[in-house]
Amino acid sequence: MSAPLEVVDTGVKGLVTDWASDKDAFKNVSWGKTMMWIFLLSDTFIFSCFLVGYMSVRMTTAVPWPIPSEVFALTIGGEHIPLILIAIMTFVLITSSGTMAMAVNCGYRRQRKKAGILMLITAFLGLCFVGMQAFEWTKLIEEGVRPWGNPMGAVQFGASFFMITGFHGLHVSIGVIYLVTVALKVLRGDYEERGYEIVEITGLYWHFVDLVWVFIFAFFYLW
Amino acid sequence: MMENSINAEVQQHPISTYFKVWGLLFVLSTFSYMVDYMEFEGALRWTLILIFMFLKAGLIIAVFMHMMWERMAFWLAILLPPLCVLVFLGLMAIEADYTYANRLIFFSQ
Repeated sequence: MSAPLEVVDTGVKGLVTDWASDKDAFKNVSWGKTMMWIFLLSDTFIFSCFLVGYMSVRMTTAVPWPIPSEVFALTIGGEHIPLILIAIMTFVLITSSGTMAMAVNCGYRRQRKKAGILMLITAFLGLCFVGMQAFEWTKLIEEGVRPWGNPMGAVQFGASFFMITGFHGLHVSIGVIYLVTVALKVLRGDYEERGYEIVEITGLYWHFVDLVWVFIFAFFYLW
Repeated sequence: MMENSINAEVQQHPISTYFKVWGLLFVLSTFSYMVDYMEFEGALRWTLILIFMFLKAGLIIAVFMHMMWERMAFWLAILLPPLCVLVFLGLMAIEADYTYANRLIFFSQ
């Protein structure tokens, strides 16, 4: 794809000229990045379906829904704190998004050591997140929560919980593998010739995982 | 190579921008946690949850994912389709309401 150089119009006029330009509508956006965005768009629909499904079962159940604030409370040092593990998980994921953004920035500045190390830190934080999720699952399973029932209330709680957080956790785990792979290639210098756009593309996936968590946190844990 | 160098120019932003957004995301997350901690109930709770959620999502998409620096032809193509979900959500909410009403009638016998 040769990059067109006469991209002068912006805003609505730019929208019209881009889409009417016969060849590629997305100027200045490489195929790699476009395809990652389109994949993320399809993933958005998958998670939307899960959340809408969760909404449906929660709205239709005649049995009271378990209170997430109490289900996910922890007792630390003799003090009962609601939802604390989920809050820590949220902060860990946001921090990892921050280090990822820094890595993308360093990549474009061609500081490949820094970019690679920041990506490895991001992957480590992702691993911490998955670890805490495993702890949370263990705790709930020990308390008797199953996909088909639980001692706290509506039976659909377990199915929604394991489905939604499980699928998100899978995304985080895959993201960690993806990050480590690209980070090692960055550190080895594989992208010196081609440039470091790959770091931005990897970053898009990682930020998306954080983005999905924002919605899960709001609708499943806080609502 | 050429497209990469163009993109590298387009997506070069001062690192301070990222730090500010990072900080803001921390503050917003603390606020949404406080909604639960302070035990807000009803419409106030739901409004606050949604406001903080959309602010966080917007910041991540706009700054971390660089959408605010992309051309309109691109960000409209990506951000408009998910709005279809709202139609789906509306339909399912109506359906769920109906199911719930039926369960109240038949399960209470």
